[in-house]
Amino acid sequence: MTFLEVRDLEVEFRVDKKPVKPIEGISFELNEKEVLGIVGETGSGKSLTAHAILGLSTLVGGKIGGSVKFKERELLSISENEMQSVRGDQIAFIPQNPMTSLDPVYRVGDQIVEGLIQHAKVSKREAKPQVIKLMERLRIPKADRVFQQYPHQLSGGLKQRIVIAMGLCTNPQLLIADEPTTALDVTVQAQIMRLFSEMTRDRGIGLFLITHDLGVIAQVCDKVAVMYAGRMVEFGNIEPVFNTPSHPYTEALLDCIPYIGMKKGSLSAIDGNVPSAGNYPSGCRYHPRCQHSFSPCGTNVPALNQIEGGTRVACHLYQGKKD
Amino acid sequence: MPATYIRGKKTDNMENFIEVKNLSVSFDVRAGILLRTIGTIQAVNDVSFSIKKGEILGVVGESGCGKSTLARLILRLIEPKSGSVKFDGIDIFQLSKKELRQQRSRMAMVFQDPYSAMDPRYTIFRSLSEPFQIQNSRFKNEERRKKIDDLLKLVGLDPQHGFAYPHELSGGQKQRADIARVLTLTPPFIVLDEPTAALDVSVQAQIIKLLEDLREKLDLTFLFISHDLSLVSYFCDRVIVMYLGCVAEIISADLIGEHAQHPYTKALVESIFKTKPGQKNQAPPLEGEVPSPFNLPPGCVFVSRCKYAQPICREQPPVLEKSAEAGRVACHFPLS
Amino acid sequence: MAENQVIERKHKSPWLVVFKRFTGNKMGVIGTALILCLILVAIFAPMLEPYSYKEQNIELMNDPPSSSHLLGTDEFGRDLLSRVIRGARISFVVGVLSVMISVMIGIVIGSIAGFYGGVIDLVLTTFADLTWSMPAILIALLLVAVIGAGLESVVVAIGLSYWAQYARLVRGQILSLKSAVYIEATKSMGASDFVILFKHLLPNSMSPVIVAATIGVGNAIVLEATLGFLGMGAQPPTPSWGAMMSSGTAYLFISPWVIIFPGIAMMITVLGFNLFGDALIEIMDVKNKESN
Repeated sequence: MTFLEVRDLEVEFRVDKKPVKPIEGISFELNEKEVLGIVGETGSGKSLTAHAILGLSTLVGGKIGGSVKFKERELLSISENEMQSVRGDQIAFIPQNPMTSLDPVYRVGDQIVEGLIQHAKVSKREAKPQVIKLMERLRIPKADRVFQQYPHQLSGGLKQRIVIAMGLCTNPQLLIADEPTTALDVTVQAQIMRLFSEMTRDRGIGLFLITHDLGVIAQVCDKVAVMYAGRMVEFGNIEPVFNTPSHPYTEALLDCIPYIGMKKGSLSAIDGNVPSAGNYPSGCRYHPRCQHSFSPCGTNVPALNQIEGGTRVACHLYQGKKD
Repeated sequence: MPATYIRGKKTDNMENFIEVKNLSVSFDVRAGILLRTIGTIQAVNDVSFSIKKGEILGVVGESGCGKSTLARLILRLIEPKSGSVKFDGIDIFQLSKKELRQQRSRMAMVFQDPYSAMDPRYTIFRSLSEPFQIQNSRFKNEERRKKIDDLLKLVGLDPQHGFAYPHELSGGQKQRADIARVLTLTPPFIVLDEPTAALDVSVQAQIIKLLEDLREKLDLTFLFISHDLSLVSYFCDRVIVMYLGCVAEIISADLIGEHAQHPYTKALVESIFKTKPGQKNQAPPLEGEVPSPFNLPPGCVFVSRCKYAQPICREQPPVLEKSAEAGRVACHFPLS
Repeated sequence: MAENQVIERKHKSPWLVVFKRFTGNKMGVIGTALILCLILVAIFAPMLEPYSYKEQNIELMNDPPSSSHLLGTDEFGRDLLSRVIRGARISFVVGVLSVMISVMIGIVIGSIAGFYGGVIDLVLTTFADLTWSMPAILIALLLVAVIGAGLESVVVAIGLSYWAQYARLVRGQILSLKSAVYIEATKSMGASDFVILFKHLLPNSMSPVIVAATIGVGNAIVLEATLGFLGMGAQPPTPSWGAMMSSGTAYLFISPWVIIFPGIAMMITVLGFNLFGDALIEIMDVKNKESN
């Protein structure tokens, strides 16, 4: 059974009375014990994708289209009430920026307990030892002491672990983490990413990781989806996509990243800027910046097709080479 | 001792353009109704280094290491507790307010947040004219307009962008405009404090290439501050690694990958997530987090997380000494 | 490596953006309309009033509204409509001038306190708090008692009563903007304190002050009416709305229109300013949210 199956997901907003689709045509699958990474730059729509899967975009006036099947159950057609029981219980969301997801006036332990008793049938007293055990497994030192503390007393790394604990306390089957390490030091980032890998393996959950950091994706994910200007341009297993990228954007993006030992002056850049929603170019949204663009690129939208090796690419260079 | 080279030029005999000696600054923490001092935070602790003309020196470290404070000290945007900074032979802490303002035209700073680096009520053109006004530049209006247009083109913007307001530009464009503003008075020395941290990686690459280009064209000297070790090792000639206000190591950029002497530098290198998919689930190189800088115990500041700590590390702080590879390291047991 | 994205559309100054949004806000439009009416009436008062505001006509005293005197007459037989129209001028002038005085004092004190901080800030803030906690009427009464009654005294008195809130607003803005990146950048270019304060900090602090000032005009008008009611303000025959209501109380059961119409005029005026100010608050809020 495919854990999470997303087909042609899109979100539509009305801006100044015109319809705008900041994401469209998003399709991918995720299995249990798998880590899927969604990577993209600003304006790629990766956060919005996560919010749409959780049905949160409707809260800000967006209309969600397409299909999101979680364990064969269509999430986009269930009511908000039913969705609320899924959210936080079977699908957990770890939002960006732990500094603002924790309420400053409550102790952190109590906040995790709150999350737990909303979905499980336990009392506060029964919940506490479970939460402390979870905190210990997340390598929070002196967990019973930390339980009593307030968010402002904790470091960034600890706050992030607390937020992760809030996500995991209900034993979800799918975990969606939005930029979980952006605000953290690089040495702490390594620790948090190891946690994620362990959790996925040991608990058999699926992890859906959203980030702009390609290094994190390369070292933690099994599959990757590359997004550009609201569309998915490449999707596949991490090794083929990162070692031999198919889509010109993926390739150009990987070439932009400096690494230790790189020859001075050899860094390449992508000319131009990411288009904003409402100002998308016609045809392939990347074509104005693409080195390889040719005649169909400006007029026809390339479909996401599977090519040799199992990767899916949305690019006219591969249109004749369908698998 | 092997000579040091910057892009093929031997630098041993060159004068130090910037010379920092024993620079320190600390902040007192007060509490209680009487606001008594209950402790200190040593933000920058006895830092010494020098920069040659035309060099790009990087400063790298995690939160609380003091790199941003160091940048502001070097430009005297904050006052130090002790130490000196000599800029082209002039001790900037000895200058009067007026003399300092005059020197400011020769050293400039590019800030981390392009989103708020310019007054939101000024057009780009007006923001760029301001340095001329402040320094009572002798350029007349026509000349000024032409110079600003040239600067905008130099950083890769269209002169039309001069009419825009900051909120109408993208992050990359804003950062270019900020760099243009810094260049108006042609300062030979520029401090860049995380200039690309808020930008997408493709935009970062554009800005770095621009900086490489400008350095070449205008013979600039850079102090480049960042938390991104890969970026710093690529862009800079030498790198200073800082931890909790102290210098852990000063090392040539091309040696960082394989020949780091300080355990912290090595941990930073190993913490980098490479974009080549590799072995997953490796143990993180460093556990724990940066401890609070408040009332630090004696001894080496890194001792709480160091794999190789010995009793002496807890008692005596290490001194910054010459290391095996023509750099400097502050460690009782350097890795070579 | 020129940027592809050249900005073609006309650049909207932040003020234009606010203006455009303002016209879409119903409250703001109504408020503006009311204020414009007030201004027009105030300017063209001599042409609008059917009779002279001071012309007395004893036979017609306390006449109810009629075709010749649309709002009736007061106890001296003066046409009420003319007096209410003339009163608009006084209210407007008093309102605007006194707020200008308050704002200027507030800016000076607030910016010094916010910019220099430390002991100076402490002293000035305490002073402002003391002024703030005293009822404005009390301050105004004291001042008028010292300076003497009359319209000029009223303007000065009101101006001196209400400055604390503007000082607070300016101080607050400067405190939060002091650490903004562009302020640090300007300092690193060698700008003097003066330049930083006057060219950057103050201009960026003005939005909440403008909003408070528009609502403040309403308050000032009410305070003027109160002072007028107490006999402290404009002296007869100057038709201050408050003074009119005051002298009208004696005739409350005989000719209530002498109180009602000036009261309505005042209500509409203050309402206009409040609606305008509220609309500004809403728009400023949206602008802040959008730029974030």
